[in-house]
Amino acid sequence: MKPKIAAQAGTFESSDVIVLIEPLPDKSGRKIEISSSVMQQFGESFTEIVIDLLDQFEMTDIHLIAKDKGALEPTIKARLETAIKRSLDMQEGTLKQQISDEKV
Amino acid sequence: MKKFKNRRTMLYIPGNNPAMIQQGGIYGADSILLDLEDAVALNQKDAARTLVRNMYKVTDFYDAEVCVRVNHLSTPFGLADLEEIVPLQPSAIRYPKTESPEEVIELLNIIERIEERHGLPHNKMTLHAMIETAMGVQNVFSIASKFSRIDAITIGGQDLTADMNIIPTPDGIGIDFARKRIIMAAKASHIDVIDTVFPDVNDEEGLRRETEYAKRIGFTGKAVINPRQIDIVHEVYTPTEEEIRKAYRIVREFRINSAAGIGVFAIDGKMIDAPIVARAEYLLRLANITVD
Repeated sequence: MKPKIAAQAGTFESSDVIVLIEPLPDKSGRKIEISSSVMQQFGESFTEIVIDLLDQFEMTDIHLIAKDKGALEPTIKARLETAIKRSLDMQEGTLKQQISDEKV
Repeated sequence: MKKFKNRRTMLYIPGNNPAMIQQGGIYGADSILLDLEDAVALNQKDAARTLVRNMYKVTDFYDAEVCVRVNHLSTPFGLADLEEIVPLQPSAIRYPKTESPEEVIELLNIIERIEERHGLPHNKMTLHAMIETAMGVQNVFSIASKFSRIDAITIGGQDLTADMNIIPTPDGIGIDFARKRIIMAAKASHIDVIDTVFPDVNDEEGLRRETEYAKRIGFTGKAVINPRQIDIVHEVYTPTEEEIRKAYRIVREFRINSAAGIGVFAIDGKMIDAPIVARAEYLLRLANITVD
């Protein structure tokens, strides 16, 4: 699957991560940019988590930017999942109109 | 379904705040409420729901009872909340703005359908009904009495004053009738009843006064919105050493006298009978003390 729309999830608060997603042209593959206040210690596992989630959702032609402020693994996964679902326009039980208003 | 839990404090934690969720268990509140309702912006409901689901699975909340407040089924969020949260089987689901038994039946039907789909029992996770409208206050006796899964009711003071079109005052006079009616409904069904939040976290004396009043009129405990409020509420609700000693003596003497076939007896010249013994036993449960 490829993103239908640009989307974001998370915040810049401590212990959180903000994830931004935008669609890329067909056959572009994945472009992933991760920055973290704990990149030295956890950068590798962070990248693995991102790739795992993208694999689970079979995402391609995607530009993903993650800016981390020391989020734990369940938070990273939650924000990634939310951003991916929003970018696929498949989030349920929220006010979609307001989300698309604040698109990246 | 009813088993004794100490519910002196219930700490509200916004469901979309990972830092607060991961630290929620360290403050010593008896209960933690992960909130998907009023503490979450309308355009972040999906994010909060996913975050709570992920964090609940791995976070150590120590001895605290963990509840999740979902959105009302009349909103676009309620059903999606239940689909994510029911499979987790937290200690309880808190349902906001409960107004009638019919609403509870609708809620229970959905919960049980989800539980069946996941092979889960119908008697593990309980429900807390929040009463925060005039209609809810009107119907609180039937809400509290008809459902074995409801093991606590709570009053939502902010929403209730809004529903009544009155301005909240420090003496709480506008919701005093509602408080007492809700307490009586809970007592009639032998379930817990938890008071509303005290919104000014800087007014510690005001919190203590309101908690002392809540205890006097029968609330089991009080909701808190900041960890700073926990100790004050616990101080008010925790029995003193003198009270514990007295209760212990009453229960012990009662057992000795009962064994000898005596129902009413005296300690220090004061008559001790069944209601006094029941009160002493409750106080010892609060203090987590057993009589040998």
